[in-house]
Amino acid sequence: MDILDILLSASFWAAAIRIASPLIFATLGELICERAGVLNLGIEGIMVAGAFSGWIAVWAGLPLWGGVAVAMLTGMAFGLLHATLSVPFGLSQHVVGIGLTLLATSLTFYTYRVVLPEVSSPPKIEAFQPYEIPLLADLPLIGPALFSQTPLTYAAFLLAAICAYTLYRTPVGLAVRAAGENPSAVAAQGLSVTAIRMGAVITGSGFMAVGGAFLTLSAFDSFFFDMVNGRGWICIALVVFGAWRPGKAVLGAILFAAFDALQIRLQQTAIGALVPYQLFLMLPYILSILALVVMSRRAEVPAALMVPFNKGER
Amino acid sequence: MTKIKTAARLSRRQFLTSTAAGALAVALAGVLPDPVLAADPIKVAGIYTVPVEQQWVSRIHVAALAAQERGDITYTFSENTSNTDYPRVMREYAEQGHKLIIGEIFGVEAEAREVAADYPDVAFLMGSSFKEDPSLPNLAVFDNYIQDASYLSGIVAGAMSESGNIGMVGGFPIPEVNRLMHAFMAGAREMNPDITFQVSFIGSWFDPPKAKETAFAMIENGADMLYAERFGVSDAAKEKGILAIGNVIDTQGDYPDTVVASALWHFEPTLDAAIAKVRDGSFVAADYGTYSFMKEGGASLAPFGTFEGKIPQAALDLIASRTAAIKDGSYVVEINDAEPTSS
Repeated sequence: MDILDILLSASFWAAAIRIASPLIFATLGELICERAGVLNLGIEGIMVAGAFSGWIAVWAGLPLWGGVAVAMLTGMAFGLLHATLSVPFGLSQHVVGIGLTLLATSLTFYTYRVVLPEVSSPPKIEAFQPYEIPLLADLPLIGPALFSQTPLTYAAFLLAAICAYTLYRTPVGLAVRAAGENPSAVAAQGLSVTAIRMGAVITGSGFMAVGGAFLTLSAFDSFFFDMVNGRGWICIALVVFGAWRPGKAVLGAILFAAFDALQIRLQQTAIGALVPYQLFLMLPYILSILALVVMSRRAEVPAALMVPFNKGER
Repeated sequence: MTKIKTAARLSRRQFLTSTAAGALAVALAGVLPDPVLAADPIKVAGIYTVPVEQQWVSRIHVAALAAQERGDITYTFSENTSNTDYPRVMREYAEQGHKLIIGEIFGVEAEAREVAADYPDVAFLMGSSFKEDPSLPNLAVFDNYIQDASYLSGIVAGAMSESGNIGMVGGFPIPEVNRLMHAFMAGAREMNPDITFQVSFIGSWFDPPKAKETAFAMIENGADMLYAERFGVSDAAKEKGILAIGNVIDTQGDYPDTVVASALWHFEPTLDAAIAKVRDGSFVAADYGTYSFMKEGGASLAPFGTFEGKIPQAALDLIASRTAAIKDGSYVVEINDAEPTSS
């Protein structure tokens, strides 16, 4: 198969959108946190917790969307912990985030073993199935690529639109952005920077957990301990790539996923036999770094990112 | 003069022999503090870097549980132990008086050997990419040398693939993975010499969504049979309505219409041999890999189950004759640890 053939095939783009979906959720979550001024490095652990809690809830008998809700709530609980430590207490966001990742990951495995002490392989659930949107799914190329996905993928794109609208067109969004740019001005308006930042971190963490749950409820139908496999860290980079804007971040996620889908297919072409497979696996990361270099030159970093705010302190 | 010389030489040999015997007796005494207690269960500990659900580790875990059930050993284990923690956990179990420690040191080969050297009285039976080291007599190595069963499963795959295009998704190209892939490919070629293979590695042991995506790409590229080395591959096969071959464990229960056959690994012969040797004090550095061979009962082809009667007779005949030949030693499946590539 030729590269051009690959790029023009609907199945390739369908794979790219599938791979991008969990990244979109988690990237939006991280973006909201950072827009309010908090770097959330708990993302990887929160995704693990979300992947597990959503799946185990469905296994216990909840409907799929109930599993998504449980994942979201789990993420929000970890978000509350992160927010409490990083916002009112003003602790180092790096330390809090990495600590939270370690805690969430270990706690997930602990819970897993308590719930399933003796299994030969993790139980499977009935995962989300692709749903073809009438009429739109019949369009050439973009029909099968975009409109024959699982409902959770549609939810990812819907969430991106809601995030973009909320951030730029509503007072809440303005407050969040201001908290990340100039918290003193927010405080001067009589708003609570602490409340805004905590709210953003809790909400964002919820979205991250849904990103994790996508892996167990849509991309796959079971939970494995290491399955998040660094996707959270990629989302941190995607936020920078997207210049802290939801639309660009979604494009970044799709671009990364497309590179990933491409390398999988390139391994089976004539060059695949010549080039070590590790180079292909590196491809999405290398290309993303290059894109990051180009894209981030004009990026506007939230001015108060990682700066704790203490009311009345100058 | 000559006589005296001979006598002297003889006595030196005798001296050496008796010293060796003495050393052995000391070592034996170390492993088995009291011969009277020899019938008591041996304290065994397992240390695994992944949860015990993982295919490879699950075979060890199951064998240990069975030995405990029989009363041969008492068994305790640590799972999900990171490689950075691994030597510490080894020490803890050794300090607690465990006589046999089993596990996998693929990621901590050097450090684990240092720990073993510190506890000469404890027997270590470890999954490793390397061979045994005679200077470290208490560490024996093993791996899942189930190429015999993989070869037979390849015969099934070669017979069942209509497009002559088989997709193989692996984690990392390490010897254990490579040799099974090669054996599988050799088996498939027995039935169809012109068969082609797509080989990919996903750079992770546990990323079922990625394994699934990789399998999807292979199916798009014409594969109608998948070699499911990783979780996620059989799911892609099931979703697209094609067939798959399982590896190490029997996955047909989860995919009754997808998984035709599985190459199984049985750790019992390996563990039982080690238990017997620890018991009689003869545990030494050795490669236990051969206990995974089919003729030792360490590997087998899973029952065809739901596919009973759907596999071509030619393949069944070849499997039967090759199984007999492998067991009596007249046919040896090649062990090839090189990284397989697409063809």
